[in-house]
Amino acid sequence: MSTLRLAVEIGGAGHHPGAWRHDDAHPGRLVDAGYHVELARTAERATLDFVAIPDTFAPPPAALPPSARGRLDAVAVAARVAPVTSGIGLVPTATTTHTEPFHLSKAIATLDYVSHGRAGWEADVSRTEAEARHFGRKHAAPAEDLYAEAGDAIEVVTRLWDSWEDDAVIRDVATGRYVDRDRLHPIDFTGAFFSVRGPSITPRPPQGRPLVVVRVDDDPAWVPAARYADVVRTSAPDLETARSFRARIRAAVEAAGRDPDAVAVLVDIATQLGRSADDAQRTWNELDRLGGRPWRPESSRFAGTPSGLADLVEEWFHEGAADGFVVRPALLPAGLTALADGLVPVLRERDLFRHAYPGRTLRDTFGLARPASRYAA
Amino acid sequence: MERPLKQIHLAAHFPGVNNTTVWSDPAAGSQIEFDSFVHLARTAERGLFDFFFLAEGLRLREHRGRIHDLDVVGRPDTLTVLNALAAVTTHLGLAGTVNTTFNEPYELARQFASLDHLSAGRAAWNMVTSSDAFTGENFRRGGYLDHADRYGRAAETIATARELWDAPNGRFTHHGPQFDIAGVFDVPRSPQGHPVLIQAGDSDAGRDFGAAHADAIFTIHSTLEAGQAFHADMRARLLRHRRGADELRILPGATFVLGDTDADAHERADVIRHQQVGPQTAIAFLEQIWGRDLSAHDPDGPLPDVDPDPDAVITRGRVRHGDPAAVAKLWRETAEAKKLSIRELVIELTGRQSFVGSPATVAAQIDEYVQSDACDGFILVPHLTPAGLDEFVDTVVPLLQERGSFRTSYTGTTLRDHLGLRRPDHAAGRAAAS
Repeated sequence: MSTLRLAVEIGGAGHHPGAWRHDDAHPGRLVDAGYHVELARTAERATLDFVAIPDTFAPPPAALPPSARGRLDAVAVAARVAPVTSGIGLVPTATTTHTEPFHLSKAIATLDYVSHGRAGWEADVSRTEAEARHFGRKHAAPAEDLYAEAGDAIEVVTRLWDSWEDDAVIRDVATGRYVDRDRLHPIDFTGAFFSVRGPSITPRPPQGRPLVVVRVDDDPAWVPAARYADVVRTSAPDLETARSFRARIRAAVEAAGRDPDAVAVLVDIATQLGRSADDAQRTWNELDRLGGRPWRPESSRFAGTPSGLADLVEEWFHEGAADGFVVRPALLPAGLTALADGLVPVLRERDLFRHAYPGRTLRDTFGLARPASRYAA
Repeated sequence: MERPLKQIHLAAHFPGVNNTTVWSDPAAGSQIEFDSFVHLARTAERGLFDFFFLAEGLRLREHRGRIHDLDVVGRPDTLTVLNALAAVTTHLGLAGTVNTTFNEPYELARQFASLDHLSAGRAAWNMVTSSDAFTGENFRRGGYLDHADRYGRAAETIATARELWDAPNGRFTHHGPQFDIAGVFDVPRSPQGHPVLIQAGDSDAGRDFGAAHADAIFTIHSTLEAGQAFHADMRARLLRHRRGADELRILPGATFVLGDTDADAHERADVIRHQQVGPQTAIAFLEQIWGRDLSAHDPDGPLPDVDPDPDAVITRGRVRHGDPAAVAKLWRETAEAKKLSIRELVIELTGRQSFVGSPATVAAQIDEYVQSDACDGFILVPHLTPAGLDEFVDTVVPLLQERGSFRTSYTGTTLRDHLGLRRPDHAAGRAAAS
């Protein structure tokens, strides 16, 4: 059996739309480095696999006042957090629809350098006309095209990571050569959406290839997920839906010629923990009231005690419904502190979760070997 | 009455991917590991520098159709390094070079506003624009930009970015020849209002762009008189753009070699020049101007008899200076007059350091440049990673402080504070953008 995976998503004032109005939220601190550092350190104290830092080019929800918007570039936040953490994986979302694959590749490679091998990348697409209008280069496209483009972008990004062989820098004083140019490779990618010549300007990152995360909710996302993802995220309202999804995505990974045991399937779960189930539900109800309507996420939801959530995690994991979860606390930072101080100690007691990181890199945490460059002879 | 001493502004340039950076020295560390960047940035902050500076290049240089392998090759992503450095420094400004040709204003404005927030007001953007189809092959939009459109795109990029930074409640609409965009900008106004804008470029159009838009100019180092002429020219241009002379800092790039005595320093400078221009590098320089394969020539021998091929461009991804025939003529005359071999000639003509001497000599020279209005300070380019700035900070900075022309502590927290630049208010930003 695989290892249980637990990650946390740290977006906004919490996952619940009413969170920013809650007394325990800090919407004004969303642009402060210190806020993100505290969250990442809490996640690291809990030895979570990674923090997912969401991002989008979409306009903020209309209900949010400017004082509560505070969304920063996710790769920037991850980089700012990297030097003051040491074990937690850092997985920013970066979209592929309006960005340059060349820039994405070197940004994530560099995140891998500044974190000493703890970088991942959640590849996402920009679906809306509102996002397209921020760039003015093209209109919104159907999901099929967006995910085909995302697949090409991941192909290019990962080829660029490989485009320098690990031992390309030779510093050979006798011949005056700093680099062995035979170990630098153009990637010569040409596709329907762009072409990229390469090689990268950034040498191969510490992990070789940082982990690629793809969320699969739509059908068109299956193709890039099966082909490229090290981690698949999905929504599932119940155990059966999750188990069925996991079986199908594993089959798709295998059909793409990859080892399904090397791909972790993580289910999103929105949580509110409390001393008692009633206590947790009361806070959720309060958030609903603050948000102006009862809110139920697409994926599963849990309001209750840490041991109740541990039961759910254990059941889904043992039933083969998930390799783990991406927890989306309804309210931050309190919801993450509750994970670290409530859920994780219970899981550790049950021998379901690690007490320390097994290595230094995110690949070490996931038990994945460092891949050789595809261009190495 | 004497005027009060001008305060010197200093910045630290991370050693770049050209032959100024000596990689063959045993003390030369990694050009890519984060620890190298941390060391240099912390040294600059210990020396109370205004900012740390990263250059950018988006395609590996090629020479005679292959990747140029004699200099440092490769570098990390500019903005990602600067955001990480914000975590290990507290006052130092963080300046990044980012191209406007291969990026869109919405993303750029968001990235620099993010850096400004995450560094609590220390971000600077060295804006460069290229029309380079060679680099364009790495990007989806390719090298589509006409050379004449370069400054048009740069000007519209900065105007658009400022509209986004100033947008009331984030709402913006921009219709222009380069960009037609509208929507909501989601990053709240950052600590500096606008990140500091740096412009590099010495052409007439570049100078005018700098006078119109920039907070600081990164220029090339030259003689004191040339610096004074440049300073006066920029002051006139600032007036034409209705800006005050105190709204722009002029900061030439400068190299330096220190020694216990001036004689020691000159000896070390000669050793460093020979490290920078090895035998293979000397031939590569010559080939770049001659446009021919000269690999059969002895670097310790005389210049080749053949003339340059006027049409050949054998180096790509590097700025080209001047007409090859004219340059070759000058080189030949210099070689004959001074009886120089190929390598010695290249050292003579390309390798001169800006400041060579004892700490006292270098401090006096730097101060003289600033006090006589040849510039407002320097962007120092060490030849070694990561320790190339240590000696300067330990020996020259205290002497500049003794002279009363360099700060003894940071008096503000933002880069605008260090540079003595005003924080733009919303209304001014909107007026400038309209």
